[in-house]
Amino acid sequence: MTLNAVEMKNISLKFNEQSILHDINLKIEEKDFMAIIGPNGGGKSTLLKIILGLLTPDTGEVKVFGREPKKARDLMGYLPQSVSFDHDFPINVFDTVLSGIYHGLFKGYSENDRKAVINALKDVEMEKFKDRQISRLSGGQIQRVFIARAIVREPKLLLMDEPMASIDPEMQNSFYQLLSKLKDKMAIVLVSHDVGAVSIHVDKIACLNQRLFYHGPVEDAKEGLEEVYNCPIDLISHGIPHRVLKEH
Amino acid sequence: MIEIFQYEFMQRAFIAAVLVSVACGIVGTYVVIKRIVFISGGISHAAFGGIGLGYFLGINPILAAIPFSLISALGIGAINQRVKVSEDTAIGILWSLGMALGIIFVNLTPGYVPDLFSYLFGSILTVPISDLYIMLVLDLIIIGTVFLFQREFLALSFDEEFSKVVGMPSELIYMLLLCLVALSVVVLIKVVGVILVIALLTIPAAISKQYTSNIRKLMALSVIIGGLLTSAGLWLSYVFNLASGATIVLVLTFAFGISYYLRD
Repeated sequence: MTLNAVEMKNISLKFNEQSILHDINLKIEEKDFMAIIGPNGGGKSTLLKIILGLLTPDTGEVKVFGREPKKARDLMGYLPQSVSFDHDFPINVFDTVLSGIYHGLFKGYSENDRKAVINALKDVEMEKFKDRQISRLSGGQIQRVFIARAIVREPKLLLMDEPMASIDPEMQNSFYQLLSKLKDKMAIVLVSHDVGAVSIHVDKIACLNQRLFYHGPVEDAKEGLEEVYNCPIDLISHGIPHRVLKEH
Repeated sequence: MIEIFQYEFMQRAFIAAVLVSVACGIVGTYVVIKRIVFISGGISHAAFGGIGLGYFLGINPILAAIPFSLISALGIGAINQRVKVSEDTAIGILWSLGMALGIIFVNLTPGYVPDLFSYLFGSILTVPISDLYIMLVLDLIIIGTVFLFQREFLALSFDEEFSKVVGMPSELIYMLLLCLVALSVVVLIKVVGVILVIALLTIPAAISKQYTSNIRKLMALSVIIGGLLTSAGLWLSYVFNLASGATIVLVLTFAFGISYYLRD
């Protein structure tokens, strides 16, 4: 029997008396390629942060590869929704990606780590910018650097919060190509509020709006989605991306 | 200008300026890029409690300030992480508590309290040799700690949440950084006083940050600029017979204005 990447049982979380997540039961298998979709404020980012051990739920149990989330961090890669950093922070692209690798206190970086950084930068087509200060990049380029930072140590579970948010349109295809290359090696979880765009690429969908309305294969997701968004949806799993918002 | 080096107190003052610039260049870099200027201001004012305690117990106020400012640094960090009080409120409380304790300790000390003012506003011309040794040891501790934890400090300053995700003990590292701020406050107290310490912790790094985007060069440049400007302030205060701490701060601020103007 193989370990599930994530197992959540009866997870609930309130913030200032307001329910953010209610009774979530979610299983993410070892090689799943899953999109968590749902409206803004539906608790998607919160769910990722619980998996990462950045937030502790009020009730319920989370296991990541059978361990406590905080003890499984060496197996996870993370792309945050946004990073607020100082406009002229003194760090270049290479060192930013290198900070995605960490071996522990008093343990420096090896030649292999540096090679991994170069490979990750090649994956996101940012190698030629490796010495550039991070503030001298465009928003889309910074996003690519952060993607490289998330994948550089080849995690077993890759968590990405709104990865498409600031990627330039021409980069989107190569981004999905990169993910399809990675998905044989790791479980990938994308958070998105853009159902159609994501549903043609992923294998599974989880519909989240405080409660988990559905999780399973994309083809059967229509009902869950309608419940989440409270409106009829044409879910196209093959073909042109559809946007939920256009239905209104 | 050469003749001022003939006086022993001036030689000591310039040595103090060099020792100060090491602390303010290295730790000041983190203070500026991690944006903990206000916290550092809180720690430096709280350190006055330690100065008062030193007078009260009859020991060197600088030595008494070391544990006191370390405890206040840890206190600010702990309140921030454990209690639901906003960070700037916690800083405000510890800031004034430290000052108040210092004043009470001085009140309780029998007899006249000599050179209390030098700890408030600095007095680089009266730094005794023993204090220079204390400053040197603290500088070495700061350099050693930064050398050992430079990866963690950089990651924490850049993206604290992500540093947790890669498995760094970020809360401990943050506490350690605040302790370094506390130690550099102690190094700086004799030169500019608790009230003006924050100028030396921010201005040299703020000037240097405009000219480099590499953190090591930033630290080196801050040390050099801090040393030059502190010495220049010291010299001007000698020539015009002005308070040394305040003159140094004026020189730093003026230099920052010029560097900002030149960059654009």
